[in-house]
Amino acid sequence: VSAALKEGHVTPTELCQRCLALIKSTKFLNAYITVAEETALKQAEESEKRYKRGQPLGVLDGIPVAVKDNFNTAGIETTCASNMLKGYISPYNATVVQKLLDQGAVLLGKTNLDEFAMGSGSTDGVFGPVRNPWSYSRQYKEKSVPKSHSEDKESNWVITGGSSGGSAAAVSSFTCFAALGSDTGGSTRNPAAHCGVVGLKPTYGLISRHGLIPLVNSMDVPGILTRCVDDAAVLLGSLAGHDPKDSTTIQDTFKPFKLPSLPDVSKLSIGIPKEYHAPGLSSEILALWSKAADLFKNAGAKVIEVSLPNTCYSIVCYHVLCTAEVASNMARFDGLEYGHRSDMNKSTESMYAATRREGFNDVVRGRILSGNYFLLKQNYENYFIKAQKVRRLIANDFLKVFRSGVDILLTPTTLSDAVPYMEFIKEDNRTRSEQDDILTQAANMAGLPAINVPTALSERGLPVGLQFIGRSFQEKQLLTVAKWFEKQVKFPMIQLEEVERHNHNVFQHQKSASFS
Amino acid sequence: AAAWGCAGVWRRAWQRGAGGPGPALHGQRATACNARGGAVPAGKSGLAPWVPVVGLEIHAQISSNSKLFSGSQVQFAAPPNSLVSFFDASLPGTLPVLNRRCVEAAVMTGLALNCSINKKSLFDRKHYFYADLPAGYQITQQRVPIAVNGSLSYSLCIDNKMSQMVTKTVRIKQIQLEQDSGKSLHDDTRSQTLVDLNRAGVGLMEVVMEPDMCCGEEAAAAVRELQLILQTLGSSQAVMAEGQLRVDANVSVHHPGEPYGVRTEVKNINSIRFLAKAVDYEIQRQIEELENGGTILNETRAFDSKLGCTVPMRDKEGKQDYRFMPEPNLPPLILYDAKSLPANMNHQQVVNIDWIHERLPDLPSVKRAKLVERYGILPEHSFALLNEDGLTEFFENVVKQTQMKPKKVIGWILNVLLSYLKQHSLTVKESPVSSFLLADLLNLLERKEISSTAAKQVLAELWKGEGKTPLEIVKEKKLELIQDHKELEQICQAVIDGQENEVIMIVLG
Repeated sequence: VSAALKEGHVTPTELCQRCLALIKSTKFLNAYITVAEETALKQAEESEKRYKRGQPLGVLDGIPVAVKDNFNTAGIETTCASNMLKGYISPYNATVVQKLLDQGAVLLGKTNLDEFAMGSGSTDGVFGPVRNPWSYSRQYKEKSVPKSHSEDKESNWVITGGSSGGSAAAVSSFTCFAALGSDTGGSTRNPAAHCGVVGLKPTYGLISRHGLIPLVNSMDVPGILTRCVDDAAVLLGSLAGHDPKDSTTIQDTFKPFKLPSLPDVSKLSIGIPKEYHAPGLSSEILALWSKAADLFKNAGAKVIEVSLPNTCYSIVCYHVLCTAEVASNMARFDGLEYGHRSDMNKSTESMYAATRREGFNDVVRGRILSGNYFLLKQNYENYFIKAQKVRRLIANDFLKVFRSGVDILLTPTTLSDAVPYMEFIKEDNRTRSEQDDILTQAANMAGLPAINVPTALSERGLPVGLQFIGRSFQEKQLLTVAKWFEKQVKFPMIQLEEVERHNHNVFQHQKSASFS
Repeated sequence: AAAWGCAGVWRRAWQRGAGGPGPALHGQRATACNARGGAVPAGKSGLAPWVPVVGLEIHAQISSNSKLFSGSQVQFAAPPNSLVSFFDASLPGTLPVLNRRCVEAAVMTGLALNCSINKKSLFDRKHYFYADLPAGYQITQQRVPIAVNGSLSYSLCIDNKMSQMVTKTVRIKQIQLEQDSGKSLHDDTRSQTLVDLNRAGVGLMEVVMEPDMCCGEEAAAAVRELQLILQTLGSSQAVMAEGQLRVDANVSVHHPGEPYGVRTEVKNINSIRFLAKAVDYEIQRQIEELENGGTILNETRAFDSKLGCTVPMRDKEGKQDYRFMPEPNLPPLILYDAKSLPANMNHQQVVNIDWIHERLPDLPSVKRAKLVERYGILPEHSFALLNEDGLTEFFENVVKQTQMKPKKVIGWILNVLLSYLKQHSLTVKESPVSSFLLADLLNLLERKEISSTAAKQVLAELWKGEGKTPLEIVKEKKLELIQDHKELEQICQAVIDGQENEVIMIVLG
């Protein structure tokens, strides 16, 4: 598309309008919380002027993008899908948003998520659940014949995964070319897997978190959702680097890179961590996983089984660390400076209590409660300190494996394909998050870069992805392997009947997977 | 032994307090006084003597252009909420960025207080809900502070006699960097609370002093010395009235040989004078309470400067659990010295302890020693000089411009100039008599052109600040000493001639 823009086959305004039209016709997906139509068109216009002058700002100029609604955007509502921040307009842009805008990207809107990114379904936000575009694909419809005709067709739709489900759905349904998510325990990779898109969680400290409303500061990373690995590399190049506003970003300058067009994996050593053969892993995915391993083997790579023995403690440990930081991070939402404020005015304390009761959903409140419990003086040693020690052990597991000569780890991203919403909500958020983060979350503990690459369709016609985990700050190697793999598996394009019906022409144009 | 050192001071504090409030204390006063009156193991009532123990926690606002973790300005008495960045207001998504100047100020202070500087220190979050704490937590250094294990020497005079000075030392437990809170103003009539966040996020150094003091006078002297040090370093302006130096005192009493008693924390002390009062009051109160068979509660009390007593502070939420947690948005604070400084490191980005050490100014104790040595003045005079901002410079300027010996000049400075300034509540800088004029006057005196009585008269004229020189005043008022013998004879003759009868009487005996 970038080339098309350059050559004038399509103008940024046309592109933007088409995306906006698509957003409207796919409104039922509930992928967007806010659509910034006006500002987007203005940005597109500006971009068009630059192209006309022959001075585009770079490969991102004029490219329509979407941003998860937990990144601050000046002038556009930032809600975190919470009553607490409904109507909140931030006075500043998150660094990553600013970087996108500075490079000419057109910001279409803010995407849906679980409240404050706490969840793995994108079902627990105040604006309602996000629907997986694949629910409406020809592929899914053909394969998943309702067991009984009495079953409502409507209830068959599947979840996107989460918490960046809105961003994944937006990219998957062609309403934008790339989207920002956030990834704390798998929140970018999980929905990417369910929606059949590329989801990259870069190394902790490579991309600025300034302006990302935190879930767990020590694990949060802005995530990148795109249609192909090359696009993810472009986005990474435009976002990475030291930010003086985020002291946890690394000082070294980041050099954007281009991936080789014919990647070679023959000299690599691919590790298959046996602990990722987790209970509940679907046989389909297991088969796919070993097939993938064979692909590498056949390409001349060394494929070895490795062990990350402390992986099994990861979820419990995550629960303690996550809730503790959540309890702390959420303390600022007291109704005084911004956000929701309850009418209760008997005393400051009662106002706090009512504000927080009204502003947060059960999931957020539950995590705040348990987090505060873990931080109590009498519990701190037994829970928080222990969890930190376990976290170190988990990180060391990875270090050891990488030190032993393994370059990249190959694992499944999710235990199964996406489940129908009606199925999903039978379990509570906590149980779901624990199950769904199980394969993604250790990478956050260790701060490692990881990527979901869409691999195949399940028997039900839903996307399944595999995950690659790389060494710290070795994104280039990770993405090179991912690109090679992407080329091998030739993941099918989503066939969105409803989108096609409404926007036949638009769809044709949007089909080009890559914008780079 | 330290407990006995201030026995004299203690007695005075007692007497001063006699007219004060707290009727409940009256009955026991005599007993307690005897018990503390000297190194007598038991008082009249047969009780063992009490040993008061005083520790201090001092918050010094760092003198810096911007706040500890944000770029907003630091300024006293600016319009409400005019100095608030997004971070200070805790807008979601904002992150702290450590201010290098604040780190340097803390290192400087740590070095001046003989601390060991931690090359790696950590930041923590301390949680509590309060309207003037927007984030719901304060970023502080609970686990590993920037400086530890120091000491501060201070001097105080015994029985208020300048000539009897003793030097004592208090151990410094630690210095930690932390954020200041905003300010809440409660409007009771309209039952609303107004919040000003100008102060929110300003850098503080919390200096924790070990409980090595035993009376208000000691606490006051230690804080005064700390204040001078901070002002000399420029790490804090340390003006108590402006809240740049806030002192909380931990006070307990126990019998010798027994473990420390339950302590109370006294807050809301806004001058050094009140610190001495508050501590002494609290010691008295505790002794009275215990001797009456009562117990001391581990509570926070506020000093009421109007009543001169401490009162329990309403502690709405009971015991607080601050739920400390490492601050995840700040990497460990790493400091370097000449040895550990990496060669390729950008010097703008690192704090070098040795570099700061080499550039420390003379501390008050060194300045005093130099004054004593250079001018031959008494040690207590050097204290007096340093105690007033600008007085040392004034003194040295006068000395430079006059032939009078420094030992004599000091008398004029301390007894005449200083007492005049104090009487009129003026600072040295506001003195209507400049060092140049005073030197001029002292030169007239030194050359015996005027008497010292006359000099004082001239000075009285000079205070008026009418722009006249001492010499002009002397001429105008005819105050010069008469050097001509004939003139003197004539004057004497005239006096004798004018008093014929008296002269005859004297001659007749």
